[in-house]
Amino acid sequence: MPKHPPIQQPPPVMKMLVKYGKLGPARFASHRDFARVLERALLRAEIPMAYSSGFNPHQRVSYVNPAPTSAESVAEYVILALRSVSEPDDVKTALNAQMPPGMPILEVSALDRDISFEASLWNIGLNVDADGLARIEEALAFYESVEEILVTRDGKNGPRALNVKAAIQWIEAILPATLRVIIKHTEPLVRPEDVVSALRGLVPDLDDGFPPRTSRQAQGSVTELLGVVQGR
Amino acid sequence: MSTSVYSRLEPLLARIARPVQYVGLEVNSQVKDWETTNVRWCLMYPDAYTVGASNQGLGILYEILNERDGLLAERTYSVWQDLSALMRESGIPQFSWETYRPVRDFDILGVSLSTELGCTNVLEALDLAGIPLHAKDRTEEDPLVIIGGHCAVNPEPMADFVDAVVLGDGEEAVLEISRIVREWKQARGESAGNAASGTGAGSGSRLDLLVSLAATGSVYVPQLYDVTYGDKGAIASVTPNREGVPAIVRKWTLTDLDAWPYPKKPLVPVAETVHERYSTEIFRGCLRGCRFCQAGFITRPVRERSIDSIGDMVECGLKATGYEEVGLLSLSTADHSEIGPLTHGLTSRYDGTNVSLSIPSTRIDAFTLDLAEQLSRNGRRSGLTFAPEGGTEKMRRVINKNVDEQDLLATVEAAFTEGWRSVKLYFMCGLPTETDEDVMAIGDLARKVIDSGRRISGRRDVTCTISIGAFIPKSHTSFQWAAQCDPTVANQRMRDLKQSIREDKRYGRAIMVKWADALPGQVEGLLARGDRRVGAVIEQVWRDGGLFDGWSEHFSFERWERCASEVLEPQGLSLEWYTSRERDRDEILPWDHLSVGMDRDWLWDDWVDSVSEVSVGDCRWDGCTDCGVCPFLGVSIEMGPTGRTLGHA
Repeated sequence: MPKHPPIQQPPPVMKMLVKYGKLGPARFASHRDFARVLERALLRAEIPMAYSSGFNPHQRVSYVNPAPTSAESVAEYVILALRSVSEPDDVKTALNAQMPPGMPILEVSALDRDISFEASLWNIGLNVDADGLARIEEALAFYESVEEILVTRDGKNGPRALNVKAAIQWIEAILPATLRVIIKHTEPLVRPEDVVSALRGLVPDLDDGFPPRTSRQAQGSVTELLGVVQGR
Repeated sequence: MSTSVYSRLEPLLARIARPVQYVGLEVNSQVKDWETTNVRWCLMYPDAYTVGASNQGLGILYEILNERDGLLAERTYSVWQDLSALMRESGIPQFSWETYRPVRDFDILGVSLSTELGCTNVLEALDLAGIPLHAKDRTEEDPLVIIGGHCAVNPEPMADFVDAVVLGDGEEAVLEISRIVREWKQARGESAGNAASGTGAGSGSRLDLLVSLAATGSVYVPQLYDVTYGDKGAIASVTPNREGVPAIVRKWTLTDLDAWPYPKKPLVPVAETVHERYSTEIFRGCLRGCRFCQAGFITRPVRERSIDSIGDMVECGLKATGYEEVGLLSLSTADHSEIGPLTHGLTSRYDGTNVSLSIPSTRIDAFTLDLAEQLSRNGRRSGLTFAPEGGTEKMRRVINKNVDEQDLLATVEAAFTEGWRSVKLYFMCGLPTETDEDVMAIGDLARKVIDSGRRISGRRDVTCTISIGAFIPKSHTSFQWAAQCDPTVANQRMRDLKQSIREDKRYGRAIMVKWADALPGQVEGLLARGDRRVGAVIEQVWRDGGLFDGWSEHFSFERWERCASEVLEPQGLSLEWYTSRERDRDEILPWDHLSVGMDRDWLWDDWVDSVSEVSVGDCRWDGCTDCGVCPFLGVSIEMGPTGRTLGHA
């Protein structure tokens, strides 16, 4: 439609890996909400972002496994492409001054390779009464004895069945009424809520049945995450 | 003392849709210390957060109040039914978005009512807050409930539910009300806290406060006026029921807008909202005199912000928000005396960035090729919308929208020349004296627009969107006496227009007709020109479950019609009595004691002129027409040109 050619944007010269958190009420922000927040914070912080070319240039930001809405996290990651070389610590300080409460920038480092995380470590807080922990232990014992646990989840193309057990690499119950679980990033992705649905299928009165409080503790390889949980 | 309800609210948020809309966290939101402030406002926009958080007026008052020592303002919005049901179950009251504090803890609940369809949401918020629905049942323990905003110029349908009403510009009004409330609280011997002892009419009673507010002559306190009715249903008298209460209440008019450069640091929400841009009002008021336009009549006279003040606001606003779009707001943006230098200055200042400019719908005769170019620089362009409002020359004379067909075609040609391939045109249906043919003529106009676009661009993919809605007569306008068109007639005309275009092979795919159902307009019409007896209809609708009436998926005409007939018929009244009945000159209108400065005889003459298709000029260029506003309010037109230009920031 427009007769002017689009502006060509300068190419990125460096990438940065940003680790951030989603805490307290900020856990209710969706991935798209966070993306808008970050885009504006980058502008206010005057971070020299690279832009895509075209009629509607946008900042070159890529997200890595964003946590679902309502999940807390201290281990979210995003990759920024910059148009000029910058100090990671300066970016961290400038960006932190512009982020809303509950969305802290935890670490910033230069990135010279592709990155992907094999699995996540989650804490899942269940709402239970006095006997709750016993029922959780019962569910876990049951869990050990079965080959697979299928959970149905509504997706864009109708309900689909997930084998939750295949994605779980490690699971334990700790006080107070909390599951610690390492979930491998499979396709389709098994979410912490799916783990709870699976256990509810084994012990129907497991908890109050409302959404559990989930919190991502770390992302990494299964080996790294097993190191985290076993080295405590 | 109650404080945050968050710990009780949080588990509920995990069970509902879009919980992020209830948690605030906006950049530039402000939390002032409760204990060291003594007049505390909770500002409400009575719609969902996604709409309310973008409201410019509320944002301005929020900043002004929080800048002042001793004053505090937090915000609240309407809660969707999924959450309100859970809140009622758990005993959680309506809360503020900043600190999750119960709304009832505040001294003042200030509601911005900009649409009639927000009324039921106000009742819902009061109920959810635990504030008695009716003003007469409130005590010193309850906040003062104040409404303002465009819809408050006829507040009579809401009279039973509100303590006070502000007409006109809120900036100075909120400060004056704060002063009076502070003095009242001090007189009650409490410098902080909301606790009170005793009720009734002693010194420092709630009634004392209301009388002090009313005595200013610019705060309307409905319960201090008695209304009587004659045998035919119309109002017989409206009289103050106490000494010191003025017979006429006048609106607030802000002057020297450069001294009020708000918003400086608008909220940047985490949740998605309807407008995500930095907006600044480049002038307030409009003198074009379109006879249907309530906004025009109630905001006279024109007061421009100067070019450098706008430039500074935009620069600071973009820095404070990180937005990349600038909205230049007003009732008719292209009419600013320095719109050319302003848009040139801004586009060159932000050349090479992604910042783009946008303006609301534009008057056809004020739009220029130059303005079109400024809006399309930097490779981005926003949509182009014009508002001819009437399809024929006759209709445009009736409504005093003095643009002829040649103006319109010349303007769209300018847009097509500059590279636009689509334009949007706003029209109204059901205007006084309108016939079926007048509405069908809108289609002819659109065909000419397409012809012109095809000829200039040499392409077939030119489109024109016709957006058409039913006209609703509003208070304080020349059409305040007019009969509202029967919604079935208006709908039929709009349907026929759409059908005739759809069947036209040459244009059917190039012209899109979007029409809005006239039925909700019937309810808006009832509320826009209703009197105090309509309050019981609002209450009945709310009790029946009516909420979020501005959302078509929630609005129920059947419910409004049923409740209206249950409440009104026993009194010999009806929905039609309020809407489709033409009033005569002598009838006392429910808002006659509330003055926006317009001379009533001027309006009546303008109504008579309308029907005889006589135009009236714009006093900025064509000389004073004695509408009465300037002498009554003691103000005058404030406009440029200043001759100054914008440099680099």
